[in-house]
Amino acid sequence: MTISAILFLLVLLAAFSFFMGRQKVHAVYLKQRQNSDLDVRLRVKFTLPKYFGYVAALWSLVPALLVLMVIEIVDEPIITKQLTNYMVQSNINIEENFDLYLNEIQNLDVNHIEGIDPAKVKVFEKFSDLNSIASTAKSVVVLALAILMTVFGLKKITVDLPARQYFEKAIEIILLLAASIAVLTTVGIVLSVLFESIRFFGEIPVVDFMFGTQWSPQTAIRPDQVGSSATFGAVPLFIGTMLISFVALVVAVPLGLMSAIFLSEYASSKFRSFAKPVLEILAGIPTVVYGFFAALTVAPFIRQLGESVGLSVASESALAAGLVMGIMIIPFVSSLADDVISAVPQSMREGSLGLGATKSETIIKVLIPAALPGIVGGVLLAASRAIGETMIVVMAAGLAANLTVNPLNAVTTVTVQIVTLLTGDQEFDSAKTLAAFALGLMLFLTTLVLNVIALYVVRKYREQYD
Amino acid sequence: MINHNSITQKVERSLKKRYLKEKLFKAMGFASVSVAFLFLLILVSDITIKALPAFVQTQITLEIELNTEKLGINQNSTTVEIKQADFRASIRDALRKQFPDVKKRTQKKDLYSLVSIGAEYQLRDLVLENRAYLGTTKKLSFIADDDVDALVKGVIDRKVEESARRIKNFKLGLIEDLEKNGQIEKTFNWSFFSNGDSREPEIAGIKGAVMGSLYTLLVTLLMTFPVAVAAAIYLEEFAPKNRMVDFIEININNLAAVPSIVFGLLGLAVFINFFELPRSAPIVGGIVLSLMTLPTIIIASRSAIKAVPPSLREAALGLGASKMQTVFHHVFPAALPGILTGTIIGMAQALGETAPLLMIGMVAFIVDIPQSVADPATVLPIQVYLWADSPERGFLEKTSAAILVLICFLIAMNAIAIYLRKKFEKKW
Amino acid sequence: MSNQTDKATLASMHADHGTTVGQPFCDNAKLSTRNVDVYYADNQAIHDVSLDIGRNEVIALIGPSGCGKSTYLRCLNRMNDTIDICKVTGQLLLDGQNIYAKNQDPVLLRARVGMVFQKPNPFPKSIYDNVAYGPRIHGLTSNKAELDDLVEESLIKAGLFKEVKDRLEAPGTGLSGGQQQRLCIARTIAVQPEVILMDEPASALDPIATAIIEELISELRKNYTIVIVTHSMQQAARVSQRTAYFHLGKLIEVGETNQIFTNPKHELTEKYITGRFG
Repeated sequence: MTISAILFLLVLLAAFSFFMGRQKVHAVYLKQRQNSDLDVRLRVKFTLPKYFGYVAALWSLVPALLVLMVIEIVDEPIITKQLTNYMVQSNINIEENFDLYLNEIQNLDVNHIEGIDPAKVKVFEKFSDLNSIASTAKSVVVLALAILMTVFGLKKITVDLPARQYFEKAIEIILLLAASIAVLTTVGIVLSVLFESIRFFGEIPVVDFMFGTQWSPQTAIRPDQVGSSATFGAVPLFIGTMLISFVALVVAVPLGLMSAIFLSEYASSKFRSFAKPVLEILAGIPTVVYGFFAALTVAPFIRQLGESVGLSVASESALAAGLVMGIMIIPFVSSLADDVISAVPQSMREGSLGLGATKSETIIKVLIPAALPGIVGGVLLAASRAIGETMIVVMAAGLAANLTVNPLNAVTTVTVQIVTLLTGDQEFDSAKTLAAFALGLMLFLTTLVLNVIALYVVRKYREQYD
Repeated sequence: MINHNSITQKVERSLKKRYLKEKLFKAMGFASVSVAFLFLLILVSDITIKALPAFVQTQITLEIELNTEKLGINQNSTTVEIKQADFRASIRDALRKQFPDVKKRTQKKDLYSLVSIGAEYQLRDLVLENRAYLGTTKKLSFIADDDVDALVKGVIDRKVEESARRIKNFKLGLIEDLEKNGQIEKTFNWSFFSNGDSREPEIAGIKGAVMGSLYTLLVTLLMTFPVAVAAAIYLEEFAPKNRMVDFIEININNLAAVPSIVFGLLGLAVFINFFELPRSAPIVGGIVLSLMTLPTIIIASRSAIKAVPPSLREAALGLGASKMQTVFHHVFPAALPGILTGTIIGMAQALGETAPLLMIGMVAFIVDIPQSVADPATVLPIQVYLWADSPERGFLEKTSAAILVLICFLIAMNAIAIYLRKKFEKKW
Repeated sequence: MSNQTDKATLASMHADHGTTVGQPFCDNAKLSTRNVDVYYADNQAIHDVSLDIGRNEVIALIGPSGCGKSTYLRCLNRMNDTIDICKVTGQLLLDGQNIYAKNQDPVLLRARVGMVFQKPNPFPKSIYDNVAYGPRIHGLTSNKAELDDLVEESLIKAGLFKEVKDRLEAPGTGLSGGQQQRLCIARTIAVQPEVILMDEPASALDPIATAIIEELISELRKNYTIVIVTHSMQQAARVSQRTAYFHLGKLIEVGETNQIFTNPKHELTEKYITGRFG
């Protein structure tokens, strides 16, 4: 039986439980209501019958679903284990990778087994047997449990059961589980990058990765070629990432901050109501569009500009990518700055204006210093964004891992390398693909630290004026 | 006694300089906003100008003889037989008939490359629809090759010296002959919206990517919305103040700031390699994007729930409603417009996302239009990325046009969000 | 409501109450206001107020909450300019110069007419920097020593110096409420204004801190003209020489403080003084 069939039966069973559970208390409920007909207020203390139905349905559904989930997770390893035992017993040896072999077995088609190694066919038959046994066992166990629990649940239903409270507790647990998905996601991220990184560091020493200055992940096809062994020194990528992020922040922080100040302190409400949506549009444009624009319009423009004053500018210069990234982050910085500046109490503004300070003096000497922690937090968040930004650099910065801090040269970044290493046709276990996960780990850790500090600083700042 | 006069004078003396600074500061603020505006203006106009030619298609009308003998099929042939017939030869015959002087091999190559490689399929589909055409001679229009297209649209300048021109004099002569005969015309490029991807820019379309985006977003919406709403309700209404809840909150806030590419790594390691879900499929893309947008929508939903005044909750609780009833009967409906607005904005963000989908293989070249969430597909932003990377000149305008389509979708979504916000805006 | 009916109702109201009772005008006025109207968008907050404020006197503005006394006070140094929808008409003169004249600079005006707010609002800077802020932006001192002296003098005048002299570099926000308010007064007098406007300066303070502030006001009177808004009649009685009673945006009665509290002439004033509303 397929999973969807099992699920369908479970739902049917749950519906049945609901009606039975409700029916069971319905008569009593009506009687009680009749008895208390003289005093309407007394009716309040009786739980509506539908809640008994809900509780009964939960009894038949939840345990069965949990068991189904567990079986789904453990059945594949068990089948694999059985299959391995069988192969050992019947002396079937394989030369290739076991995972690959297994994959082939799984993908074999019953109708096209002529001309295939008879040993393989034997294993395949065993595999099919095991699979059908597992499938039957699964259906029987789950459905039996569901029926058992339905009977048990219905037995438990009496008028005195606090059905509504039970039901609401169950819903609350479901809500809590939904909220915990965020934690699960974080755990998933950490585990997925950590495991592959550990495997990577098994091949390449951590020190070589962290402090090496040569990055050339391509392995030459013939072993006698130059650069036959790949080197994974990530320093050029770190420097490149920082260079482009720095250019972006140099553009975004002053412009974003000044935009926020202008819009909140100087602009008329009419101008503001026009300008804010426009900035939101800037924030809503997909990064791939910025990347396209940076690569095809801004980079050639900067190159020509540089040539006209006698500078040699790389066609994929860090400056072009950083500049466009900076513009992209302006709305982000501006809205964060707007938030923290407007959190400064009005009394602070009045105190300064009341002493005869001009608007700009009030802003520069009172508002900005007062909002400084919040602004710093915002800048950190912006930095984290710039470091993690992918599409602009993939399209507008190059692949050349140059170790330079000159923004007119081409550099590459961590995110660019992750994309390049993982988008080709790769076998999954090579050092090259694993390197992408090691870079991912670095990226995740860096942005995590920045985010946590920034969020903490901003929260403390807000509490100060609450 | 304080000498007020001298102080007034001192303040007055400083004023000129201070007001200059004030003006300067204000001007700097205005300049900053203007830079952002200017950039947006340049970006949009640059892309629009580049995109416009993509909506026009050059077509070449040829007199095609659908000779049943040569093709080896007749009106009673099966679909499979028709599909196997050599329509390319019919088109080439028509071209040769029009230009009988062309004899040299290289010149013939030029001649044949006037129409797109897709022309034979165009002809085939036409015959499949109208079998009566077989055995007749018809005037039919075919999509021109991208170089011809570029020349007709003026992207390739005819006046440039031959050596620097992509289309050499011989081919130019052929094209000008066709133009003289009125065999070249420009029409609206419907096929851009109805075709899938292609290696040939003149027949490449965005339908595949649009459908891929649609399926991906559908999965994202179905996965994110219930979970985000449930999480927001729990955190706002039920969560006790303890460490675990604090930890969940920190997690959500942090996840909202994790680079999107990291979610791609998660998708690759967990869904593709561990759970062995299909590569390039909207279902995986949708799951990855839903994990990514989840924090955004939770945060937006929480603030919508927070904005519901306590008096509403008190009113319900005061009638003896349970906490759960209060939340689901009163608070949630009141917060729904805000939650929907946040959801739409989150979906718009997901629609524009590229990097995580690159990681899970949605970057493959896929011609077929996906029919379900499990079919290999690509999405609009990735189509933009793929085309932007293609060397053919014709893809430049296609890329820009795809961007325009993408931005139109985004603006539409945001407009709906703003409309919702305006319509249901309540002054509590 | 159209403008005309508005004026008509206004006129009838005036007919009811008559014009302001008492002596709103004086010779040798520091501040002189005539027929002041204030609007917030379409709502009129102040109706036709005419009042003089004499040199070196403390005048208290009293009245029930929402009567417009704070709004009127904020007109005197154009703090209402910060509210976009606020419009002020009528004549307001400082030493005979129109406060709302086009060429009158609000910055210079506020340097001459300082203000202390209801809630202490020290800047998140050190105590020293709080007091030095005004002199610095206006360029009142030419070197560090002068500034040090001015800060010390202002703190002494505000009665705060003894308490904070060892921790001038500590943040001003770390002081107690009463100390913060005295810091704000020190900050204001460091600019050496001619008039100090005080908007319920003690309302957020405990009785002991209030007593200290009141003492301070009596002391400051020697050098400054002070306009104080208060909702405490006892406070008005303790610190002021003259008192003006506002009601629903209108100035009802002005007179010697003693007279107002012992022998109010207007029925509304009497009701307020005797606590029948407030």
